[in-house]
Amino acid sequence: MSTVDLRQFHQTFFEESLEGLDAMEQALLALENGAGDSELVHTIFRAAHSIKGGAATFGFSDLAAFTHVLESLLDELRGGRRAADAETIELLLQSVDCMRGMLARSRDGGAVADAASESLRERFAAMLGKPVAGSAAGEAGPGLSADGWRIRFRPLPHLLRTGNDPLRIFRELAGHGALVVKQVQPLQQPRPAFAELDPTAAALGWELELHGDIPRSRVEGAFEWVDGDCELDIQLLRDRRAPRPSPDTAAPAAVREPAAHEAGSIRVSIAKVDALINMVGELVITQSMLGDIGEHFSVDRLARLREGLAQLDRTTRELQESVMRIRMLPIGAVFNRFPRMVRDLEHRLGKRVKLELRGESTEVDKTVLEKIGDPLVHLVRNAVDHGLETPAERVAAGKPEVGTLRMDARHEGGNVVVEVVDDGAGLRRGPIIAKAMQRGLVRADQRLDDQELAELIFQPGFSTNAEATDVSGRGVGMDVVRRNVNDLGGSVSVRSREGGGCTFTIVLPLTLAIIEGLVTAVGAERYIVPLIAVVESLQVPAQGVRHVAGGGELFHFRDGWLPLVRLHAVFGCSDAVTAIEQGIVIVVEAGARRVGVLVDSLVGQHQTVIKSLESHYRRVEGISGATIASDGSVALIVDIGGIVRLAGRRKAA
Amino acid sequence: MPKILAVDDSVSMRNMVSFTLRGAGHEVHEAPDGNAALAAARQERFDLVLADVNMPGMDGISLTRELRALPAFAGVPILILTTESDVDKKKEGKAAGATGWLVKPFDPDQLLATVARVAG
Repeated sequence: MSTVDLRQFHQTFFEESLEGLDAMEQALLALENGAGDSELVHTIFRAAHSIKGGAATFGFSDLAAFTHVLESLLDELRGGRRAADAETIELLLQSVDCMRGMLARSRDGGAVADAASESLRERFAAMLGKPVAGSAAGEAGPGLSADGWRIRFRPLPHLLRTGNDPLRIFRELAGHGALVVKQVQPLQQPRPAFAELDPTAAALGWELELHGDIPRSRVEGAFEWVDGDCELDIQLLRDRRAPRPSPDTAAPAAVREPAAHEAGSIRVSIAKVDALINMVGELVITQSMLGDIGEHFSVDRLARLREGLAQLDRTTRELQESVMRIRMLPIGAVFNRFPRMVRDLEHRLGKRVKLELRGESTEVDKTVLEKIGDPLVHLVRNAVDHGLETPAERVAAGKPEVGTLRMDARHEGGNVVVEVVDDGAGLRRGPIIAKAMQRGLVRADQRLDDQELAELIFQPGFSTNAEATDVSGRGVGMDVVRRNVNDLGGSVSVRSREGGGCTFTIVLPLTLAIIEGLVTAVGAERYIVPLIAVVESLQVPAQGVRHVAGGGELFHFRDGWLPLVRLHAVFGCSDAVTAIEQGIVIVVEAGARRVGVLVDSLVGQHQTVIKSLESHYRRVEGISGATIASDGSVALIVDIGGIVRLAGRRKAA
Repeated sequence: MPKILAVDDSVSMRNMVSFTLRGAGHEVHEAPDGNAALAAARQERFDLVLADVNMPGMDGISLTRELRALPAFAGVPILILTTESDVDKKKEGKAAGATGWLVKPFDPDQLLATVARVAG
């Protein structure tokens, strides 16, 4: 080398600076542990001082400015003018991380200061302007220990193709300390089929813990060559507030987290907790099995790896279900109050009612359970008060003397459906229309069908009962029920037959719901049909379709004809299959009605986490939600009830 | 034992690398530049390639790119030998598909430690 290039010293500077930061970090941790050694403070000061000097010499001005302020603060610490309290030590530890980042950026030649370093620098400057009088030195944080690193490592698919091998990196880490594999996750969800596995593409991500007193640079060094080929997150393993939970009380993070955000508490049956513990046990076994395969991996163990991953998949799914089940409680807890209530109503109103409860074991989310009570009370009161006739009226109408009130809960797709059905008089057309005209809601010449009539009772303050009773009251009507249900993200509707009774249907989303979905292709789009609604899927020949007046189509299914809904037409998909014999018809069922849904093809079955479309976008008819596919794209979940209604409406039109 | 291809235009460097690696029991093949290395790589498989960056004809970066394009070299470690922590060359090498790098000047222990990271 003929000319002296300052850059040849940079590497040395970075290296000695990183070493200095390691020393500084260790000293800070010792200080926080309560070691009152003044030598520790000197070590910290020296490290910052050297970095400041080097940074200034080699022209790293941002780093020099940062360390200048830091040095002033440390000088106060060294001179005893500032106490090494927990807050100061925390800030100094942050400054170490910050300087590591600045050094890395100096090395890469980019902008050196960032938002974090600037805010820290300002904070130090503020502290210097207003030095905190020496507070009790004994306050130093309890039980802080640097006992290792938590490493989250997710290779990008191409990592293996660079010739790097995660197992070699792990071997190097294991040379620095005790390496524990905490978690192994497939990078792709769902896991690709074995036959589709690309052996040159990385498929697994890891969560590791490296125990021991190891400088961060060592850990980072092991990953140096894969920088940019992976997602890497290295966190200090330390617990500064609470003592580490003992192993038998440690809950998996997935369980602990929602619990922490939860204001209320939940009573969980021991059976559910046992199931959960059982699943966690299974997971630990699977993890150790996979860890073992990973440690001594060779190609001839691929079959075992596959087996282990299948087991992981199964266990994860079961664990997820167990966890979700904790929030789910049987609706019977709400239903149980009605026998007594109906009995009291009978006595007060002089009516005879037989109450039937069905689907009491249907589980709904705790939040739904807490909020569904009031609307149901309202519906039941209304049914007994307004809907059911007196025994004399019933006999006169040729009905059994005792009226029937049925409450029914069931899962339908991703929803909980609760129905309140009475065999009373139904909505009374005459009084309702008279009331509506009085309120200016309809004109005298308007012909209303049953559905439009039913809609009227949900209008604010709409009550037709001639006298207000002390049971249903007056003024607070179905509009409140609808609003309450809407607040839960659900809907309420009513079907009525004059003289034959009313059916109130409340449809509520299963919050936190995961459904089994049939993934279908329509043009370039993916639509998910809840598997629970699927009766069967078939190919229909062109001659199996009949056109009806109004543009509807029917197709032959078993011994009858079902309405055909073309999904591409409903959602306006381009490039979709339009010839029925080239697509697939999925027969779906909602309520007691069946329709056929035409899609291009079936893609597969997929466990679908439902995300609300309404909260992110707006309500879309025929769509009950969305989900994120493993490739990051959004697939929409078909609302079967809505599709069936759509088919019915078209037929009626 | 791993079979290593050492590529360097400097004879003294190549000697040093070969001597060190053979001493550790590795089988070492040598090539004086990228073109010769590529020809050798088309003939037989190697477990590791050590390639100098600055070479006449085809340099180490181009060689890395060419080797990565060979199906047989899909996951084979390729280490580039750079000088004076030349950050740009590291990045260039990585972009071309290199597994990692070794910074010159290195002593035999550093060479062996680095080779041990990817082979053996």
